[in-house]
Amino acid sequence: MSSVTRGKWLAVLCLLPFAVFFIAFQIAPLLWVAINSLDSAAGWGLSNYAKVFSSKFYLQAIKHSLEISFWSSVIGILIAILGAYSLRKVDSKLRDFVMAFSNMTSNFAGVPLAFAFVILLGFNGALTIILKQAGVIDDFNLYSKTGLIVLYTYFQIPLGVLLLYPAFDALREDWRESAELLGASTWDFWLHIGLPVLTPALLGTFIILLANALGAYATVYALTTGNFNVLPIRIAAMVAGDISLNPNLASALAMVLVGLMAVITVVHQWLLKRSYHVAR
Amino acid sequence: MSRVEARAAGLYHRTVVTVLFLILLLPLAGTLLYSISTSWSATILPDGLTLKWYAQLWTDPRFLAAFGQSLLVCFGALLLSVVLILPLLFVVHYHFPKLDGLMNILILLPFAVPPVVSSVGLLQIYGSGPLAMVGTPWILIGCYFTVALPFMYRAITNNLQAINLTDLMDAAHLLGASTWKAAFLVVLPNLRKGLMVSLFLSFSFLFGEFVFANLLVGTRYETLQVYLNNMKNSSGHFNSALVISYFFFVLLFTWAANRLNKDKA
Repeated sequence: MSSVTRGKWLAVLCLLPFAVFFIAFQIAPLLWVAINSLDSAAGWGLSNYAKVFSSKFYLQAIKHSLEISFWSSVIGILIAILGAYSLRKVDSKLRDFVMAFSNMTSNFAGVPLAFAFVILLGFNGALTIILKQAGVIDDFNLYSKTGLIVLYTYFQIPLGVLLLYPAFDALREDWRESAELLGASTWDFWLHIGLPVLTPALLGTFIILLANALGAYATVYALTTGNFNVLPIRIAAMVAGDISLNPNLASALAMVLVGLMAVITVVHQWLLKRSYHVAR
Repeated sequence: MSRVEARAAGLYHRTVVTVLFLILLLPLAGTLLYSISTSWSATILPDGLTLKWYAQLWTDPRFLAAFGQSLLVCFGALLLSVVLILPLLFVVHYHFPKLDGLMNILILLPFAVPPVVSSVGLLQIYGSGPLAMVGTPWILIGCYFTVALPFMYRAITNNLQAINLTDLMDAAHLLGASTWKAAFLVVLPNLRKGLMVSLFLSFSFLFGEFVFANLLVGTRYETLQVYLNNMKNSSGHFNSALVISYFFFVLLFTWAANRLNKDKA
């Protein structure tokens, strides 16, 4: 054997440990879920899926998940757009500080975030009281759908800023000056130049936020002890709960979640191709 | 733009950035204030300030155990990730550059498959039988490797591309180094900074991982996040001290990564 081919074989050997671990902890669980979602007491088939899609309870979980993800992504990306654009326009000291802080808060999610929000916006939270006294709100229920949307939006903002900040590179300042010179208003500029150029980045970021919210489990679990009906909570309850264990039905629900993620990704790719035409 | 308009625009942008900062700061500031207040309920400001919650927390043996266990699992996972990902990256970029395309698809999986989905399969596969790992830290170390993978792979790939791996290796070979020697003594030192930055950042999000920890292991090997969740019926002030202590460590590691990143530029 020549030393070159031996080098290649050694190289392949180096890949082996990685492959073993990746298969054991990433591929195998997914395969198990995919296969067992088709298995039920009634034998092999689609009966688990039929059960999911004929149950009001599970359909409600899917609906809640989609609603919360959609609205938190919309509000989150709007705040992130305004923030990221302004961040580019302020002096570098303020920018570096706020960017660094935003990146740090992107790790402030899950259980600690749920706690922080209870303190701030729970029934006796400081902010709830201030807003009530100021007459802005009558009451605020953090443990409701609206409450969860507010909470989810919070963890979407840093991610949105992080992803959108570089996107504004595509927008050259002299375009804005040219447009102004040709008589375009600020509104015209954004409608006809700014937004179309940014569309791919905006859609891409929106999709990532959507996926981020769809799969989120820790925050809502910690806040409502698993009492709010969303997809990840339902899945976990059927494999780790005290009662009603049903890994096969959980697998079917899990595949629904993976399916939603897949649809989102495909739609995203398709939109991206279309918007590119407009941008060019 | 006239000078007045420019000044108005500058003010607008500064205001937006400040508001953004305040929105992000609010939950943290609230928790911090709660953690140092004697009691605070149904009023806008707390009644008095104290550090007793921190004293209570940092002398609680269950907290210290959870803290140590979290550190162990995170360091274990990072060590495993380095041992698995560094050779992979080297081999992919030096011997099989075409594999990079496949890898870029594979590293999407940890993003596309939420931990709660993986947990369903993991609980069944490793719940019993020859590979029974559920309830031990080992399964967490394996799972955290997949969580850190996409991030470390991307970060170190960028670094590898910046150092011109092939040229560097050719030069080392020309000077008589073996492939092993070149990889360890020439390439690795050049990757040190990128590696450290990605390790610090990976640590800061692994430290906050809850889904795998709670579903696969729970109280059998309690990590910080699981402990935090289990303590939710105790005093809110105590929990706030816990949240702030946790976030302080995240802050420390993100800050270290930031500093390293700046040095590089």
